[in-house]
Amino acid sequence: MLPHYWPTPVTGDPLIYGADVSIALVSIAILFVLFYYKKWGWLWREWLTTVDHKKIGILYVIAALLMLFRGGVDGLLMRTQLAQPNMHFLESEHYNQVFSTHGTIMILFVAMPFMFALFNIVIPLQIGARDVAFPYLNAISFWMFFFGALLLNISFVIGGSPDAGWVSYAPLTEKQFDPGPGENFYLMALQLSGIGSMATGINFLVTILRMRAPGMTLMRMPLLTWAVLAASIIIIYAFPALTIALALLLIDRVAGAHFFTMGHGGNPMMYTNLFWIWGHPEVYIVLLPVFGVFSEVFPAFSGKRVFGYSSMVASLMAISIVSFLLWAHHFFTMGAGPGVNTYFGIASMAIGIPTGVKVFNWMFTMYRGRIRMTMPMRWAVGFIPNFVIGGATGVMLAAAPGDYQYHNSFFLIAHFHQVLIGGTIYGSLAGMYFWWPKMFGFTLDEKRGRIAFWLWNVGFYVTFFPQYLLGLMGMTRRIYTYPPGMGWTNLNLLSTIGAFLMGLGFIYIVWDILYSTMHRSELKDVTGDPWNARSLEWSLPSPPPHYNFAVVPTVTRRDEWWELKKSGRADVLRPTAQDIEAIHMPNNSGKPIIFSVFFFIVGLGFVFEWYAVIVIGLAGVLATMLLRSVEEDTGHHIPAEEVRHEEMALGRM
Amino acid sequence: MAVSNKDLSGVLARGQSAGHSHDENELRVAGFWIFLSTDMILFACLFATYLVLRGNTDAGPTPQQIFDVRGFTEETFILLTSSFTCGLATHAMHEGRRGGLITWLSITALLGLSFVGLEVSEFVHDVGVGATMQRSAFLSAFFTLVGTHGLHVSIGILWMISIMYQILKRGINATTARKLTIVGLYWHFLDVVWVFLFTVVYLMGVM
Amino acid sequence: MSSHMMEGGHGDGFTPHGRSFPWLHVVGYLLSLVLTIIAFLAVLNHWLSGRTLISIIMLLAVMQIGIQLFFFMHFTEGHGPRYHIMALGFALFFTIIFVGGSVWIMSFGGSQAY
Ligand code: HEM
Ligand SMILES: [Cu+2]
Repeated sequence: MLPHYWPTPVTGDPLIYGADVSIALVSIAILFVLFYYKKWGWLWREWLTTVDHKKIGILYVIAALLMLFRGGVDGLLMRTQLAQPNMHFLESEHYNQVFSTHGTIMILFVAMPFMFALFNIVIPLQIGARDVAFPYLNAISFWMFFFGALLLNISFVIGGSPDAGWVSYAPLTEKQFDPGPGENFYLMALQLSGIGSMATGINFLVTILRMRAPGMTLMRMPLLTWAVLAASIIIIYAFPALTIALALLLIDRVAGAHFFTMGHGGNPMMYTNLFWIWGHPEVYIVLLPVFGVFSEVFPAFSGKRVFGYSSMVASLMAISIVSFLLWAHHFFTMGAGPGVNTYFGIASMAIGIPTGVKVFNWMFTMYRGRIRMTMPMRWAVGFIPNFVIGGATGVMLAAAPGDYQYHNSFFLIAHFHQVLIGGTIYGSLAGMYFWWPKMFGFTLDEKRGRIAFWLWNVGFYVTFFPQYLLGLMGMTRRIYTYPPGMGWTNLNLLSTIGAFLMGLGFIYIVWDILYSTMHRSELKDVTGDPWNARSLEWSLPSPPPHYNFAVVPTVTRRDEWWELKKSGRADVLRPTAQDIEAIHMPNNSGKPIIFSVFFFIVGLGFVFEWYAVIVIGLAGVLATMLLRSVEEDTGHHIPAEEVRHEEMALGRM
Repeated sequence: MAVSNKDLSGVLARGQSAGHSHDENELRVAGFWIFLSTDMILFACLFATYLVLRGNTDAGPTPQQIFDVRGFTEETFILLTSSFTCGLATHAMHEGRRGGLITWLSITALLGLSFVGLEVSEFVHDVGVGATMQRSAFLSAFFTLVGTHGLHVSIGILWMISIMYQILKRGINATTARKLTIVGLYWHFLDVVWVFLFTVVYLMGVM
Repeated sequence: MSSHMMEGGHGDGFTPHGRSFPWLHVVGYLLSLVLTIIAFLAVLNHWLSGRTLISIIMLLAVMQIGIQLFFFMHFTEGHGPRYHIMALGFALFFTIIFVGGSVWIMSFGGSQAY
């Protein structure tokens, strides 16, 4: 069969050559290090085959930071192009590709892995479990995400990136208007990572519902656990809609069907509809977990219990359900009837209520608390004004008649960056600073972190406030340049300056991580509880042993660890020699990564429409599944003696 | 009475002495219910697409013209029966009758196979009269919705074969019992989806 | 049933029940056949028309879900918290929302032939 496309490095553009060269250099450097230090075996045994939730969490963090860099560079490229009128820094097609990959990467490959990192690193520790419900599936989730992200990232250098926005609306994305493989990259990359996300949703729902330590009733769960529960519910019921939207568009493109085409009865708006059935809940998937982070951070650094626990739980659950009932507010201007727009407008405003409850609860938590301004707290406090503004502009957009003015303008851009950066990214960073010692055994340096925070925070407002005004002045999104004399020039320049400040902030965060790693002995966390915090994970050493809990704790109330510390009985959670029994743990496996590699091959096959490759890939997927099914893998036991030894070495007995 | 979650977990809890492996089987059944929920939403979106597009025939073949009452009647009764025989297989499992289990499961897989066969011949016939998925939005939606169900059934058949192999090799134990329970849930679920297919697509198509 | 269970012998982890006739399955099967036949006859003989007919056959289909769930999948029998019932309840709810909502939203352009 003749392939339809060949993967050729797109030529004639210094940017792409630059990308080619840097990808090649980084790959060579990594390979060199691995060979030179003979680290292959270590890499395979410790990381590529791991099913340990803590390690998988760390992999997610690394991936998210790398992708944040890539997406951030995209953002800076766009801002550079828009700094002045009539710039020729990017051509129009490249501008399209850059904003498309920027959006896609930021939502799917930065925000999502940050959330999954939180899920993985914190949840089992926080509920007193030794791993997630399905550790093997958890590894599959990560590798599917990883290869999805890889697929999207290589598109730039082999064949061209998607160029129809992160929403990839039909009919623009139909073969007729967008013949290259770029859109196929988008469709397959999201499909692969989407499978992983769905599996993560199922995994953590079951983990939280079924694996909690004895005594931890639902209403004793920490709020982050509640938030992850709520987010998992959204993942489970929202992601199938994305799967279908992408699959149908792919069928249109490769099989010539007519779901979303202009002719033969297709209806492009149905794509928009399906996309947002997933898309709106998705924004809450990347938001609820950081609500959970803030609900841990504010009490910890205010020295108080969280204000209004039950209302926090109720609002999380309310948001998780209501978030499914709002999707059409993303296409008010599509022309559905007034009944539709009225309902979706009012419902969208209503979701501000549970969100508002949470903001007030956080502020009441701080009220008259003994506040410690640490790094996690700084990001958390920075979040509040951001989110209030983002929510307010959201309500403005939700007023359907008003949205006819704001829709697809820079006002919209400013709104969702306000909530996504100000909410998701601030929250992820708060979480990263907070649980970093739990992951690696040392805290991150305050001083550098403070500089990073202020660069970022100031940069943020300087970038996005001008964009609200630009939107109101009529500047639409997704334009690659604009003429002088519109009155937009100065504000655009200001916005670009802000963007570079944020870029500097990011560099400082990376520098903070490197600096702290070099000085890790001074920053070492010897207590396991560097923040004097409240939930069970802080009762463990940092980093916790492979099996987490030598003896599974029994929980009698909310904030068990905090209460025990307060009454001077923290020792209750230390294991005693006679309580320790052999611990059953899952085995590592190479199959998740191999399985995902085959899926990657399927993805490549669809991208270039090489049917033989698709068949080979699918055969591999099926074979790996069958092999797994007949394999007898019941895990292994760590003997009690070994556990005792390890706890002794950790100074816990 | 046949397998229930209670029986199963009771059986599993007693049988497995080691660590938390009894939880493991129970957890997987719980996880599978949730997977079924996601699959249900998947079909919901396909149904929504079908309902939105089903009038858009682009002056091509209409439902009345291509749906063959006899064909989909047969398909329906075959699948309903296979759901029943699948239930009998789990029943046999609970009585520890390996022979009965294998017999009923084979019958189920064969019924499934004849269902897929009928569906394929229906599709071949449609294509023969020019009703291809490239012809109109209605046909795109029809083939995709019904085909996705058919694909699920085909996967179910492969899955059953793999489980029969494992039960023949290792007998009925906690692990194989759990696997059979899960594939049973899957199969009954597909039956439910088909009931909606024949109601919404076929019956409403020939009304 | 569970009273029939004995201690698992040598760790194969499975204890069979005594033999019994699968009444539940037979009844479920017969019911599903009856409901299906009613739906067929109602449509093919034009007993009713339009919305009423659609409502009736949808109702029959929903009853079939019940049959599969209770007679074959033993939906309500469980041990411990019954989260799977909630999961499926949500799925049903969102199915209705997504299908109904899409049809409602798309009604302005769904049935026109471009
Ligand atoms: C009070 C709460 C909120 C309301 C009422 C609201 C309302 C809206 C509306 C009506 C739009 C569509 C505007 C248009 O396209 O013309 C929109 C866009 C958007 N919102 Fe929000 N929003 C809220 C919170 C959030 C949150 C918390 C997030 C993310 C964490 C978010 C992320 C987005 C994104 C990504 C878009 C744009 C998508 C695109 O077209 O590319 N929103 N919002
Ligand atoms: Cu929205």
